[in-house]
Amino acid sequence: MKSMGATQEEYYRGVRMVPYDLVKELAIALGVVAVLGLGLAAFLSSPDVAPVTIATWAQSDPVDFVTTATNELAGTTTSAGYGNPYNTSGEGQSWGPIAPQRWFGTRIPVDSANAFVIEPLQRASVGNTQLSTGLGTWQSAAADQQGKWLDAYSKALANATASDGKVMVADGDYGPLPVMMSNLLGIGQAGGLDGLLVINGRFYQTDYTQPLLFMGDGGYLSGLADQAHLTGSQWGMMNETGSYPGQTWLWLYTMWYQVWPFTSEDGFLGLKAGNADLGIIILMTALTVALGLVPFIPGLRDIPRWLPIHRLIWRRYYAPRKAVRHS
Amino acid sequence: MSATANVEGVATPSEPKSNSWTLGLRRAIDRHLPMDHLLPDRQPYYVGSWVYVFGVVTIAALVWVVVSGVVLAFMGPQWWHDSSVGRFFNSLHFWSVQLFFIFMVLHLWGQYFMAGWRHGRAATWLIGVVIFGVSVLTAFTGYLSQQNFDAQFIAINAKDAMNGAGIGAFFNVLNFGQMYGLHIMLLPIGVTILVVAHIVMVRTRGVVKPIDPEGGVRS
Repeated sequence: MKSMGATQEEYYRGVRMVPYDLVKELAIALGVVAVLGLGLAAFLSSPDVAPVTIATWAQSDPVDFVTTATNELAGTTTSAGYGNPYNTSGEGQSWGPIAPQRWFGTRIPVDSANAFVIEPLQRASVGNTQLSTGLGTWQSAAADQQGKWLDAYSKALANATASDGKVMVADGDYGPLPVMMSNLLGIGQAGGLDGLLVINGRFYQTDYTQPLLFMGDGGYLSGLADQAHLTGSQWGMMNETGSYPGQTWLWLYTMWYQVWPFTSEDGFLGLKAGNADLGIIILMTALTVALGLVPFIPGLRDIPRWLPIHRLIWRRYYAPRKAVRHS
Repeated sequence: MSATANVEGVATPSEPKSNSWTLGLRRAIDRHLPMDHLLPDRQPYYVGSWVYVFGVVTIAALVWVVVSGVVLAFMGPQWWHDSSVGRFFNSLHFWSVQLFFIFMVLHLWGQYFMAGWRHGRAATWLIGVVIFGVSVLTAFTGYLSQQNFDAQFIAINAKDAMNGAGIGAFFNVLNFGQMYGLHIMLLPIGVTILVVAHIVMVRTRGVVKPIDPEGGVRS
């Protein structure tokens, strides 16, 4: 192994040094990159598709909105059964004894049924006798009765139709649910839920956890994402809307979601679709550490010597020396 | 070593021992990174390949990322949606980031095939990999801070990865305020400090010699 030596002077002893203007090179690079960046910005712009609001969702797909809200009450949505950091309803991902999702507890508490349905309805029930009566009926009913209403209403929603922004279901015993849901739909369509879920009892607010979780529970937003090829099974983490390059540097991370064992129900060594997020984060962490330690890993550090690419890079250095003429 | 100094108090080649931290720091800088190493006007003759350009264009792209980002941060998050000038600066920021990553990856592959970690340069390589990782995180928080449909769905999609690994308990991708703060303050400062350290390490040791066919490629 050749060491660096005490100083650069010793390291470069015997090496021919030639003039080189680093500052000029940086100035030219700044100019070239500026021209490239300004040109790309001027001609290709950048993606800026307007975000989906809860109002847009409730207006465009009222059946999906009401179905999602009903499922929130039933506790069957993704967020309701998620587990930590939002609640303790789900197990969370683990790989053997490695279960960081459980370790850190419920740090961002979200009670989906209350936060997305009951509390907004309570606020809207002021001055609305029909809604306050319906809400009272719901809250005083036994859990068993609530379950029967939810079950019947969920089945009816599977064949529901939308007309003039309202959801129509077959007649049945749904208790106060139709009144509650038609009011929630009305608040949603008017834009009230967008405000209620963000403000959440505060004035200044920059945390969109609740509205994003609610919209994520529905099928409307994910349907739009599917059309734009943004979902996880479509290499979504590195894609973006339109024909823009997206986060191409995440290609390796995204790739693992498309291949076995992370697509398999049975998996390999406990790694499977069910704990793919945890498994892939662990795998990518290990690969990143390995990249950093390449100088110390035999084999990986030898590849540059085996491949002749360095001979292309330093072709002047490896070029056969011309014979020296003797006079 | 004997302590010697001339009558005017100007240090001679054998400087006196001192308890001054300031003098110690100055001497260490002089010893490890003299100005002719920091800004050399001569390089070994083999530093003539285009591969050496990838490093400097990565720095240039980073400069434009920071400049356009400062303008966006100053004007506020609504500006790039409501104003055509804001949209243009957002686009400049977007494409500067794309160029930054293209050049950085080319620089990384170039250094790999040159085995740039040889002769005591492993730490320089390691910091380069850390810069790549922190840059990915910075860009990720940028995508989450866009306040558009992409940001919404990336947040919803990415929360599962963060939560599954336990990271989501502290790094909430659904919290715009947290992501925006990290994106415009802590992470860019981190990238900039690491890049400065990387450059100082490169200039301290100089560029590595070509691979000796008979030699190894260890650090």
